[in-house]
Amino acid sequence: MSEVRARAPGAGVEQARPLSPHLQIYRWTWTMAMSVVHRITGCALYGGTLLVVWWLVALAAGPGPYATVQWVMNSILGRLVLIGFTWALFHHMLGGIRHFIWDLGYGFEREARMNLARFTLFGSLALTVVVWVIALALA
Amino acid sequence: MAEPTRTLRTTLSKIQGLGAAHAGTEHFWRQRLTAIANLILIIAFVGILLAAGGRDYATAVAIVSHPAASIVLLLLVISVAIHMRIGMTVVIEDYVHDKGMKLAAVILNTFFAAAVAAAALFAILKLGLGRVV
Repeated sequence: MSEVRARAPGAGVEQARPLSPHLQIYRWTWTMAMSVVHRITGCALYGGTLLVVWWLVALAAGPGPYATVQWVMNSILGRLVLIGFTWALFHHMLGGIRHFIWDLGYGFEREARMNLARFTLFGSLALTVVVWVIALALA
Repeated sequence: MAEPTRTLRTTLSKIQGLGAAHAGTEHFWRQRLTAIANLILIIAFVGILLAAGGRDYATAVAIVSHPAASIVLLLLVISVAIHMRIGMTVVIEDYVHDKGMKLAAVILNTFFAAAVAAAALFAILKLGLGRVV
């Protein structure tokens, strides 16, 4: 822990002070991981709105621009991005439901916390698979 | 007779009950409110995408420009824009420590949310209002 140091205000001398541990020091837990992923998926969806806007604007602009979007979305890279986007959406959605349960005062027990964390991950993966199976069946 | 308790707080400040931050729980509440709206609207949006996504241009336009789809999309864009702006503001406030950088990031965040919303709303309205039948 020798690298964790803080400067005493105005003293000009380095003093070792106890600081609260950061992500690299904590032992990873399910609930912590799902909390971090909730924030990461939120940020990914923030950027992902550009894809939705692109699709809508292209649709409004005409067949030419729409064909370009279709081509990109149907490419392997496009598909991977869309599948990732779908998973981020469902993970963030289920994470939000988890927060609603907590907001109402439930689900704080150890077992419930673990079940909710697993529900967020496995539920989002399952929903992603279901949606893409339907999408590819319709295509 | 006891001296009445003296305070510098104005009566307005007392009844508002907001304290030094001049803000209360609006962000928390608005984030939950838009989250509920998003939950419902996103399910409808996934349905619209499944119906319109892989289809030819005319079919996709017909689905998206349907009044029901247009209204869902308009509400979704507004709710999502508010939700993502609050969310990203919290992320910026957590990780950007330099005051100037933080202010710039918070401003750009608002501009981004507004630009995304405006472009999407314009496209949805153009499609919906341009529908012939």
